Amino acid sequence: MIIGTAKETYRADEALLTTRPQQVWMAVLLAGLAVLPFTFNAYWTYLACLVLINVIAATGLNVLTGFTGLVSLGHAAFMAIGAYTVAWLERDIGTPLLLNLLAGGLLAAGIGVIVGLPSLRVKGLYLAIATIAASFILHFVFVEWTAVTGGSAGISLQPGTVFGVALVDYTQLYWLIMPICVLMVTGAANLFRNRIGRAFIAIRDRDISAEVLGIPILRYKLMSFALASFYAGVAGGLWAYFFRVVTPESFPLLTSIFLLAAVIVGGMGTILGGVIGALFMTLVPELLRFGVELLGPVIPNAGLILSPVRTIVFGALIVGFLVFEPQGLTEIVQRIRRFFRLWPFRT
Amino acid sequence: MPEARGATLEVDNVTLAFGGLKVLRGVSFAAQAGSVTALIGPNGAGKTSMFNCISGFYRPSAGTVRLDGQDISRVKASSRAALGMARSFQNIALFRGMTVLDNIKLGRHAHLRTNLLQGLLHLGPAAREEEALRAEIERKIIDFLEIDHIRNKPVAMLSYGLQKRVELARALAMQPRILLLDEPVAGMNREETEDMARFILDVKDEWGVTILMVEHDMGLVMDISDHVAVLNFGAKIAEGRPEEVQNDPHVAEAYLGSGDPAALMRRLHAEESAA
Ligand SMILES: Nc1ncnc2c1ncn2[C@@H]1O[C@H](COP(=O)(O)OP(=O)(O)OP(=O)(O)O)[C@@H](O)[C@H]1O
Ligand SMILES: [Mg+2]
Repeated sequence: MIIGTAKETYRADEALLTTRPQQVWMAVLLAGLAVLPFTFNAYWTYLACLVLINVIAATGLNVLTGFTGLVSLGHAAFMAIGAYTVAWLERDIGTPLLLNLLAGGLLAAGIGVIVGLPSLRVKGLYLAIATIAASFILHFVFVEWTAVTGGSAGISLQPGTVFGVALVDYTQLYWLIMPICVLMVTGAANLFRNRIGRAFIAIRDRDISAEVLGIPILRYKLMSFALASFYAGVAGGLWAYFFRVVTPESFPLLTSIFLLAAVIVGGMGTILGGVIGALFMTLVPELLRFGVELLGPVIPNAGLILSPVRTIVFGALIVGFLVFEPQGLTEIVQRIRRFFRLWPFRT
Repeated sequence: MPEARGATLEVDNVTLAFGGLKVLRGVSFAAQAGSVTALIGPNGAGKTSMFNCISGFYRPSAGTVRLDGQDISRVKASSRAALGMARSFQNIALFRGMTVLDNIKLGRHAHLRTNLLQGLLHLGPAAREEEALRAEIERKIIDFLEIDHIRNKPVAMLSYGLQKRVELARALAMQPRILLLDEPVAGMNREETEDMARFILDVKDEWGVTILMVEHDMGLVMDISDHVAVLNFGAKIAEGRPEEVQNDPHVAEAYLGSGDPAALMRRLHAEESAA
């Protein structure tokens, strides 16, 4: 039971985690992340890596769409840029892994700025269409620029190495992906403690007032595009080290939709939303697959008959959450939090 | 502690048209440093349009706007904050989902230096800047405007009068040298109006900020302005000290359609006692 929180200094008030339960939960989460590969088998470690990569990409998209209010359906193309950059640097240049990831992120950010240029004039659906168009152009480049991208066959990678360790199995990859994910999500959360993130939200909520306050709207919109694309680029780079092959079909339009759905289902405009959304979107199809397998002995041919049902259930779950929890899954977390803050004095 | 000296604003021959509709016709007036100037006129006279020209949302087809003698007609709207210009809106333009504190902090944006990389890390410089900002807002603005009880409330939950006060707080966080207030007491009850009048005068006296306000509440205009300019159908029809304008037959005509100053006075008294 915590009734109100007396703030002693403004420093405590301005901290990332302001209440004791928040700090405790964060410690539990970090401990869980640290022991995960030791407690679970390779399959779950594989899934965890996938979730973490999607968390990075969804968090980036959340900064753009959830916090700045700019809808993008081209996010997967920026993951592709990161993945191709990493693959090309590994194949032709041989630069260190961490540098490759950074390069993938930065190149994606640079192209993100260009793709973001129309956002000064167009908003909402029109911007979404413009970003789809940009991703088609990029897809064309991936297919045709064979010297660099390997055309439709794509590029295969050798396992990456960090500090002399080859990243072959999923546990090794996990120790690369997890810390990067934690750092990047923390970075995104930090933004909203200072003027940069506040400006993003201001532009989303009321761009006229933002301008009066001296916020140069175009510059901040482009900054948001750059940042979101950087996150996608790094996520794509990690994806390349994870799957070790990159083709033009690795990041289809469906991936962009998947990420946008993750942000919406999780909760737009909250950092936790991107994380929960990515977790939900990645794990639920897997859990449904388990469910179908469990039915195998009961219903013959369960896999065959029920696999379309799986897709339908997944779709229905998404629609259900949107209808009953329009603020996203984070709203459920908030409600639980509110309950325990006041409990047992008021429920 | 008047650290921010007021700026002088000169509007010279400003003309603005939307298609064929002439909204401002060669309007000139000045707001002297450290004074309160009121811009009044009937509905649709062009007062808000004049504010939009001054703050850079509308580009006048002719004429200039000068701040401390420097022509700012070509300066972008978003760059005028850094020159010391702040404003509030006729229809409150706060960020409704954010807390009072975040709204006020946003006011300081143009004066803060944290860049994207520092923002992501939020170590050293960014954290120090935020802490200093918070301390200063608490000390200078939240105490001053008596809004400490609502600092963590979302703006959307507040009464209209309090929202107007938060908008003033946000404008003050901009460290303005000139403050444009579009109908600061519209829709307020008498007590709220008196509070706001006190705050405006305190801002002038203690902060040394120049104030230019649009207001329909004649009681307030007569009480606190040093200078009044009157617009009607986009043209300036009178200008002077409050009592001069009050007795100007052109003004009475604009407001009442008759040239009778006594009728205007009666209406003003009626309005005052109604408020
Ligand atoms: N963006 C615009 N496009 C077209 N006409 C406009 C626009 N803005 C204002 N006008 C017109 O300009 C005239 C002046 O409007 P303005 O809002 O400046 O009046 P005002 O003096 O502020 O009135 P009020 O006291 O009612 O707020 C009105 O006739 C209005 O319809
Ligand atoms: Mg108006």
